[in-house]
Amino acid sequence: MAGGFVYNAVDQTEVATAEIYGKALADIIMKDPKVVAITADLAKSTKLGDVLKICPERVINVGIAEQDMFGVGAGMAKAGMIPFISGFSAFTSMRACDQLHTDICYQNVNAKIIATHAGTSFGQAGSTHHAIVDLAITRAMPNLTVIVPADGFETANAVNAAYDNFGPYYIRINRGFDRVLYDNMDYGFEVGKAVEVHEGTDITVIACGSCVFQAREAAKFLENTDGLKVRVLNMHTIKPIDKEAIIKAVLDTRRIITVEDHSVIGGLGSAVSEVVVESGKACAFKMLGHQDKFAPIGLHEDIMSEVGIDANGIINAVREVMKKDFEEDDNWDDEF
Amino acid sequence: MPLSKQEWLALEKKAHELRKLCLQTTQWAGSGHIGGGMSVMDLLTVLYHKYLNIKVDDPKWEDRDRFILSKGHAAIAYAPVLCDKGFNDPEMLKTFNLSGSKMGMHLDSNKVVGVDASTGSLGHGVSIAAGTALAARLMKKDYLTYVVTGDGELGEGSNWEGFMTINHYQLSNCIVFIDRNHCMIDGPTEEVMKLEPLADKMTAFGFNTVTIDGNNIKELCDAIDAAIERAKEPCAPTCILMDTKKGAGIKTIEGNYLWHYGALDDALFEQFNKELDEDYAARVARAEKEGK
Repeated sequence: MAGGFVYNAVDQTEVATAEIYGKALADIIMKDPKVVAITADLAKSTKLGDVLKICPERVINVGIAEQDMFGVGAGMAKAGMIPFISGFSAFTSMRACDQLHTDICYQNVNAKIIATHAGTSFGQAGSTHHAIVDLAITRAMPNLTVIVPADGFETANAVNAAYDNFGPYYIRINRGFDRVLYDNMDYGFEVGKAVEVHEGTDITVIACGSCVFQAREAAKFLENTDGLKVRVLNMHTIKPIDKEAIIKAVLDTRRIITVEDHSVIGGLGSAVSEVVVESGKACAFKMLGHQDKFAPIGLHEDIMSEVGIDANGIINAVREVMKKDFEEDDNWDDEF
Repeated sequence: MPLSKQEWLALEKKAHELRKLCLQTTQWAGSGHIGGGMSVMDLLTVLYHKYLNIKVDDPKWEDRDRFILSKGHAAIAYAPVLCDKGFNDPEMLKTFNLSGSKMGMHLDSNKVVGVDASTGSLGHGVSIAAGTALAARLMKKDYLTYVVTGDGELGEGSNWEGFMTINHYQLSNCIVFIDRNHCMIDGPTEEVMKLEPLADKMTAFGFNTVTIDGNNIKELCDAIDAAIERAKEPCAPTCILMDTKKGAGIKTIEGNYLWHYGALDDALFEQFNKELDEDYAARVARAEKEGK
């Protein structure tokens, strides 16, 4: 673990997720002179305040120029530094897509991208500032590890993991406050390993980011009202995805729903479906997310409700998928 | 120290050898970006044989000078320079562009030894160079970064973002070259997309801009000497605007945009070699006359 710096429940409830990132980065920067923060006029918005206080010379602001931000970051990484490049998800993935692809991933440099204002968390800003295609873009880039933390504790874990491991990372976090999923940082975070946050054997909901909390709420509700045992997996790492946990979910529950604040094309749902299809094991499958439509304008929670990726939307989807029938026997061999 | 006649002649000889190797590589590959390769060859020669502080036996030496070929398609010139210098086996040139080769049309820094950045997508090198130069400042290192862009490449807006950063941070330790060979794939630059007044643009972006004949080794060395002198302290960075000829050294194709990328048959190969010899003779005569 990089830090030894521990974030407590007060941090989580009183500090926005991106601010946890800022604190985690400040902690790392204090210990390692090779670490540098790069931003494109978003030092304040991406919560680099703590770093600016302790080490202003290691915050490089390139102005409103995301392409330059990635090029500069790649150059600094090539020269032996470890840049943490932060900007809004919409612009880190789309405006600077070629630079992310070519300068960062193709060259396989040790740069870390912190993509804030993810999904529709900057909902009122409209579709110019929503990031609902960034996972589809970044997931397809070789060498890039893609993580979508579910809350501030997980953000701190992801930032530390990115620092500890060589190679490019894309960490996608929300604007503002996230509902708190974990009690502390110590729940066994490991890159590429899903975390079960609710046990179940009837159906599995695989979620990432802010949808994980919603899925767990839905699972608790369904257990009380419908008597359903809903497994909820926090699939924080989109790439490399935890194939083992997905296949186990297929075999154990034979029903899967994915939930993400992202287009259903190319994101978590697509990644999970690729694993399921390649396994040759059939299961009922439903993807919740943005259904190939630009999202409306509004508060994040209102958009999540309208799109059907909040607890209510997940409850409805679980009930729908539970109505689907399967063969009674557990013999998979006759299904090939 | 001014370039001596002896050193000038030695650099002309090396540039000639490298032009011939570039031509030979083009023939082995069947085709290549020979026009833009020849226009930048004099710069590559003086950097790799006079200025760059690098170690062939330690290509990743952290204090080495960096060179970034933003116009990555000039790999047909760059690969021969790196092989001739000893970074890679010259036999690799026979595989240039061929299936399974480590040397594609644009060089991969993870496959070809001595390459500081994987380029090819235009408009990337300037920002990467700004990054290596900024890192030198932050880590208190004395190495210099040299970056060369094409002129048509300047249509990519990202270059101008990078220029702003180099100026803003007064990265005089990053020396920018523009290979102004006046040609793009579809025609002369001024017909496809106007660049002039280019020197004024660079000056307006904060650069100490020097315009030279980029196919004149003496002028190149004088300009680089002055830029290195300025690099000792943070100040306005230097842009060396190199007025060059596409296909420089091969009379038949000089200045002809149609030779951005071309293929050679045996007859052309022989003819171009002869023209390179004639050009070299003229260059030697000039160095003998003007050198001191």
